[in-house]
Amino acid sequence: MSGKIIVVDRRALLAGAAAVGGARLLPSFVTPAVAQSSTSSSFSPTETMPGGSNNYIANAPLVQNLGTGFVASGVVRRAGDGAPLSNVRVQIWAATERGGERVTSNRGSVMTGPDGTYRLEISPIVPQFGQPHIHIAYDDRDFATLFLRPVLSSRHDKSITADFVLALASSNEPRRS
Amino acid sequence: MAAVAAVPVIAAAASPLQGGRELLWITGGMAGVVALSLLFVQPLLMAAAPPLLTARGGVRWHRWGGIAIVTMVGLHIGALYAYSPEDITDALLLVAPTPFSLYGVISLWCLVLTAALAATRRVLKLGYKPWRILHSGLAVALVGAGAIHAIQIEGAMEEYSKLAICIAALTATTAGVLEVNVLAPMRRRRVLRDTRSSGRG
Repeated sequence: MSGKIIVVDRRALLAGAAAVGGARLLPSFVTPAVAQSSTSSSFSPTETMPGGSNNYIANAPLVQNLGTGFVASGVVRRAGDGAPLSNVRVQIWAATERGGERVTSNRGSVMTGPDGTYRLEISPIVPQFGQPHIHIAYDDRDFATLFLRPVLSSRHDKSITADFVLALASSNEPRRS
Repeated sequence: MAAVAAVPVIAAAASPLQGGRELLWITGGMAGVVALSLLFVQPLLMAAAPPLLTARGGVRWHRWGGIAIVTMVGLHIGALYAYSPEDITDALLLVAPTPFSLYGVISLWCLVLTAALAATRRVLKLGYKPWRILHSGLAVALVGAGAIHAIQIEGAMEEYSKLAICIAALTATTAGVLEVNVLAPMRRRRVLRDTRSSGRG
């Protein structure tokens, strides 16, 4: 439900806190870069999450919805200036009441609007492999490939917001892990 | 005893979450639940041998219990692998985002070691004493890690019966380990001392 640049969970927060703490220990010539990327004024690219690409099948068809009862939404931005990206294809797949992540009717694509927002309504999410989560992918030409796996704070949540920042494809080799 | 072991299995099978699941997913999940229930029964068959079983019968049932646990865990991992290979590969290689995978893998390796030791005990010429100590240590780690694995998972298991079977399994294992490693040796020592003193007197 929460999150600005990305959905924040406790572990990410802890890791972030540890990283900031660790950065203080670094020599001063390294610190500015780390500090810069952790401030919210500049938009650093969102990183692919572990397990994000699991059960990914490329080119999910464009859909109106994947059922009703749960809404996944967010804003897609460009790294650097943070400009909202319109007409970007966002692929989403998840385990729902109707079946697992591989079920055809549980995966689809939506395009972002002029303001960079995407929104997809899905059947209620159920936990798969022990955590209620959804998968979000950007896997087209213009920007670096990105796989997200945000976890719902509760399996009874009715929505999740996942904003993310894409890096230019040239500045970053596509990763699929 | 049968109720404590059976209720979580029945409750998980009856979960509304099973409705949308594919057969492999149900099989893999339920095999894990059955394995967890067996972890509660297993130490009771041996150490705290129910009055119904003779000591020798207890050993035989305990052996079959072990084989059943290995089979169920194999099915748990095998079926879930067939269902979603990437998720299970991530879990086994400890790169999964899910915190409970680590405990599942710890428990799995304890099980592998336990089974390997049990199968090769004669070949290795392990005496009873090192065997019971090794077996007990592995059992506590296996059940402890398995319980954490189960508790952290959000899935088909009903929360209260899950907590109950985990506590029951941990209690039974602890009691069994204490019985085999502390209480039984103490009794043997007392019997020895008594026979010695009575022989002298």
